[in-house]
Amino acid sequence: MSVTSETLAPPAALRPLAWLRKNLFSNWFNALLTIFSLVFLYFALVSIVRWVFFTADWSPVTIAPLLFLIGQYPRDQLWRPALSMLMCVFLIGLSWAIWERYVKAFAIFLGVLLGVLALIPLETPTITLGVRAVFLACPVLIYLGFWIGRRLEVKGKYIVTLWLLASVLITLVLLPGIRSIPGLPAVPTTAWGGLLVTLLLAVGGIVLSFPIGVLLALGRRSSLPVVKLFSILFIEVVRGVPLVTILFMFSIILALFLPAESRIDRLLRALIAMVVFSAAYTAENVRGGLQAIPEGQVEAAKALGLSSFHITFFIVLPQALRLVIPNIVGQFISLFKDTTLVVIVGINDLLGIGNAVLNLRPEFVRLQMEVYLFIAIIFWIFSYFMSYASLELEKALGVGER
Amino acid sequence: MSIRTPTRNHQEIPLWRDERVLNAAAQIVSTVVIVGLLYWGIANFLEITRQRGMPLTYGFLDDPAGFPITESYIPYTPTMSFGRAFTVGLINTLVVSVVGILLSTPLGLFVALARLSTNWLVNKIALAYIEFHRNIPLLVLLFLWYFGVFTRLPSARDSLTLPGPIFVNQRGLYLTWPRLTETGGIFVAFLVIGVILAVVAWIVLRRIRETQGRETYFGRISLAILILFPLIGWFVSGSEPLRLDEPSLQGFNFRGGLRMSPEFSALVIGLTTYTAAFIAEVFRAGILAVRKGQVEAARALGLKNNQVLGMIVIPQALRVVIPPLISQYLNLTKNSSLALIIGYQELFAIGKVTINQAGRAVPVFLMVMATYLLLSLLTSWLLNIYNKRVQFIER
Repeated sequence: MSVTSETLAPPAALRPLAWLRKNLFSNWFNALLTIFSLVFLYFALVSIVRWVFFTADWSPVTIAPLLFLIGQYPRDQLWRPALSMLMCVFLIGLSWAIWERYVKAFAIFLGVLLGVLALIPLETPTITLGVRAVFLACPVLIYLGFWIGRRLEVKGKYIVTLWLLASVLITLVLLPGIRSIPGLPAVPTTAWGGLLVTLLLAVGGIVLSFPIGVLLALGRRSSLPVVKLFSILFIEVVRGVPLVTILFMFSIILALFLPAESRIDRLLRALIAMVVFSAAYTAENVRGGLQAIPEGQVEAAKALGLSSFHITFFIVLPQALRLVIPNIVGQFISLFKDTTLVVIVGINDLLGIGNAVLNLRPEFVRLQMEVYLFIAIIFWIFSYFMSYASLELEKALGVGER
Repeated sequence: MSIRTPTRNHQEIPLWRDERVLNAAAQIVSTVVIVGLLYWGIANFLEITRQRGMPLTYGFLDDPAGFPITESYIPYTPTMSFGRAFTVGLINTLVVSVVGILLSTPLGLFVALARLSTNWLVNKIALAYIEFHRNIPLLVLLFLWYFGVFTRLPSARDSLTLPGPIFVNQRGLYLTWPRLTETGGIFVAFLVIGVILAVVAWIVLRRIRETQGRETYFGRISLAILILFPLIGWFVSGSEPLRLDEPSLQGFNFRGGLRMSPEFSALVIGLTTYTAAFIAEVFRAGILAVRKGQVEAARALGLKNNQVLGMIVIPQALRVVIPPLISQYLNLTKNSSLALIIGYQELFAIGKVTINQAGRAVPVFLMVMATYLLLSLLTSWLLNIYNKRVQFIER
């Protein structure tokens, strides 16, 4: 047998007709499938378009856009959520400059969306000129952040620090307010709602659960039997029961285990439940990473005379965490979706606001499809961009390729 | 050959750097902290329960429940006990989970195959299905199915007719369902015997084939048994051991057939379509995990297509598929607790009503959580046994 020495030419891009032939009509069965799918798609699209543009009544969604964003937050204190949003979009712009691959698509989409929202004519009195100005400022700030980030070549760790500072400022000072400061009257969390609460629970849940999850994962692999036993118990019990039961436990039962006079904020109780739930799953993800680190790393570190604390936190953990970042992002997506369960304990997150809007007027009673579909689309967009980022991350880290 | 281990003088190591001392200290400190927290919590709890007068006992389980349950697979009336209501809830959870698992597995496989199709259009439709379901919270999907679809269906008079026939209206789904007639018992007996014999024949003949190397036609023989026995049963039992019970409109409502309530239908459809998207990804990963070379090598050895699939691809794919499949099944079971918000009364919903009725939050809650935990552990234990059997035996 002779071996040809010439290298093969790269496959030429198929012309449209050839592409059709190869991908849709390669044999009779495929052709049949294609035709069947086309008929199915045609009827599905026609009925969807007809429903969206003619049958559906979108008035519950358009009547109160602010309600979906921030819930019942006092309208005379609107500048506080507005400032929070502006801070966040600026940071998104900065992040775009550093992590272009993951954030760019979302940043551009968000800028365009908010810009469009600022300009579309909606006949609702709640969308004042000021609100429109804030929306319009968002794309500008995103780009400004991007520009500054590029110019100054800000390092990633500073942006992470800025994000943490901003979250602390927003969640502990700006939104709840401080009684002693005259310009910042306290706003109880019962007035918070909508997307604000959803994002707060999701981000708070994942950020706060992360250190606990890492400690639990280390605890589960620990050589100390007591620590190991308690870690396993915690992880397996939490993972074995539905999130609803944990949410319910923390919002109702927890009060019975604390001194009678202590009261914990309702939103905080839900957040604690999310953290507890998420920590168990983080722990299992991190454990997967820890198991993937070869024993030789630990042995080498021991040979160099490092203490077990140093080995864990400077040798094993950094490598393990890097391996499990995609899994953690995946877990974040599911936690983001799971925040909807807080409606069961009576918190007005995005879904809860949807239910509230349906009760706003008697004629809205039959419009559940429209409202829930709108909420579904919001969740879909956020989750889609996160899974997109996660896929890019997997590619960048070369997971599954090594 | 002996190696002398370097001995070290223990006096040299300060206490705070001696690993053994540190370990012991860590153990004691963590034990004290955890036990202390538990003790503090329980002490508070006992104090509160003493003040309010609701002790941690399970005597209330025998008290009459007093609330109705719309769907029950065992006889239940509000005069029956809380314990009975709890059992009803547990059975409802099990039914939803089992039905969901049975439906979502083939749907997931179907979507996975569509996703792997070389046909561009079919591939993209499957991708759209998966992406749609994976990025929307299950609760929102359940709301969409229940409030968006099932509560908006026409009344019984104008109900939609799907092939089957299946009638769909506000009162739920009415399926045409085979029911046993008086002679049905004989047919069922033959069917069961046929299945058992077919399995036994398969195992025994296959063992002979594998140990002695001579063709025993185990597949064909057991298939023949599987078909022949029920057929004989059909004729022995006279005519019609099974009759199709078709629902029909009588007055304002349907009679006959198998009725599924709107709550149950919405829950099962929501759970099934949602879980199927995840299961499809599991199957796809499993099928892709079997290297192309395996199939090519099998072909080169002269195996037929069905042999390649049955002896090379599926056994290897199963190894990859089963662990994540187990966790999807467990997720489905746990997710069935969301039924509460659309009014299907399963374990969690009944637990919640019981708390309101009996005023015993903690004991009821412990029971509900323990039951879910037990279900999870039991399922994963059973499936892990199966998993062990299909995994590689490493040397």
